[in-house]
Amino acid sequence: MAKLKDIAKACKSKNAGPFELTLDIMFETAETFEKVRSTGIICPELIARLYHVPVTSVVFTEYAPAFAYKATIERRIPSGAIGDTDVYGAQQHAPLLDVEIPFESELDASPVDSHDEITL
Amino acid sequence: MKNGVVRMISASGILGYGFPESSLKAGLERKPHMIGVDGGSSDPGPYYLGSGKTFTNRLAIKRDMSLLLRGAMANKIPMMIGTCGGAGGEPHLQACAEILHEIAREHGLHFKLALIHAEQKKSWLKDKLRAGRIKPLGAAAPLTESVIDRSERIVGMMGPEPHRAALEAGAQVILAGRGTDPAPWAALAMHHGMPPAQSWFAGKMLECACNAALPKKHDCLMATVAPDYVETEPLNPELRCTPLSVAVQALHENASPIIHKEPGGVLDTSACTIAAHTERSVRVSGMQWHPQPYTIKLEGAEKVGYSAITFAGTRDPGLIGQLETFMQSIRESVATKVAALQVSPEEYQLVLRLYGQNGVMGDWEPIENPTSHEIGILAEAVAKTQDIANAVISVTRVTLLHTDFPGRMCKEGNMAFPFSPSDIERGALYEFSLRHVVEPEDPLVMFPIEYESV
Repeated sequence: MAKLKDIAKACKSKNAGPFELTLDIMFETAETFEKVRSTGIICPELIARLYHVPVTSVVFTEYAPAFAYKATIERRIPSGAIGDTDVYGAQQHAPLLDVEIPFESELDASPVDSHDEITL
Repeated sequence: MKNGVVRMISASGILGYGFPESSLKAGLERKPHMIGVDGGSSDPGPYYLGSGKTFTNRLAIKRDMSLLLRGAMANKIPMMIGTCGGAGGEPHLQACAEILHEIAREHGLHFKLALIHAEQKKSWLKDKLRAGRIKPLGAAAPLTESVIDRSERIVGMMGPEPHRAALEAGAQVILAGRGTDPAPWAALAMHHGMPPAQSWFAGKMLECACNAALPKKHDCLMATVAPDYVETEPLNPELRCTPLSVAVQALHENASPIIHKEPGGVLDTSACTIAAHTERSVRVSGMQWHPQPYTIKLEGAEKVGYSAITFAGTRDPGLIGQLETFMQSIRESVATKVAALQVSPEEYQLVLRLYGQNGVMGDWEPIENPTSHEIGILAEAVAKTQDIANAVISVTRVTLLHTDFPGRMCKEGNMAFPFSPSDIERGALYEFSLRHVVEPEDPLVMFPIEYESV
């Protein structure tokens, strides 16, 4: 098992407009991305569970050109509204970091492969 | 148009964020067809749209704008700025126009200026609402006239059409109010005959400038648009675009990396090929534009009250061990004391953010029983008037400091206040009030263009 924080290049959150939050999980290499993708762990249901939102409201995209996943959800409170804690939405990523991926550890140190061309 | 391509520069992520002068110089040597920069974002929250203030600094805006204007004039190419002053309302546009005039005076520059206004008349919006031409987006409720009335300011996010109209009228400098970020570049490329898909894609790459490059910096990016591809290249030789850095830009602040909703259509990148062109530039092809019914997104901000805050920390393990019940007793005690001031519960809200507990994620915080040796408490009173907010925060401060609790050792005071005075007036508080699109008669009707010989 490996945690996302140990194998991902980035796990981040940010506003997508004032009412939505978008989460990006990015990997360094196509190989790592494909390994993670083959486990099926990262899916709309996972995002729904971690962020307490209905799964039908998760806009979820696998984005192979950037070796990345993107999930967009409703913000808990609109940006800057009364009670908001994160105007830019930049610190809502932490629940992703500890997601466990069944993954052989030797892949953690897999070399960066350079891609001359990517086709979706 | 030389060799059937259009070259465009984006100076920086946002006007006023800065860029190296050498990068702009290198870009101008490549004989671009325009220099542009995006001036805003909804990211810093509703305050700027509501209050009419700019969120970048005047001196920083002037520095960037002066370099761009002089570069554009010397090369006889248009300078185009979208979403002026951060929020793109009338005061934001006027603030940028005033700086522009000052620069023109200082350097003796003369040009045809187009100011494109984006602030919307409430009466026009109500007409559209009654005609059923305003639709909610996402989880929003249908719009009501009272929301329009309560909004301090409402802007429409223009597409490229008003910019194109200004270019066709011979404008050399275009300052625009709120728009979709790619609008200036998409307009320039289409003005020179490029197809919508490639034009929009170039705008999408350019809107955050060197966010599409490595390492990410506030620096100048060039895009070359051809009828069947777009190339991007950073103008600072220390930076480079790679297929990955370009693909990553598609993720930035969008709901989807492959479907981008824009006025009048959808930019679809699902069939794109992203290939290294040189060691520092990338060529993208295969983007598609699917026309849709023409809609304009609306943004509005309404004043919801006045805010006052106080910040304190506790280092007492006894208090931290019973934090939840302590905070409950604070809420009850504050309610009682505020009622004694003849202030009703409907007139204010007390918001307590507990740092070290769930101050960042609130109800989304997955850790149920965090352990921390100190807790930061940010107390905020939001009220109908500043006086009430100030009164409530004053009561809250004293109550936090002196409320008794079982096993209390710190009998002189529960809290460490770092500041004197401890209470901070924050002034008016705004919220984003609209999440809707309107179907205008045509793409220009909402965005009047004012021409001026400077």
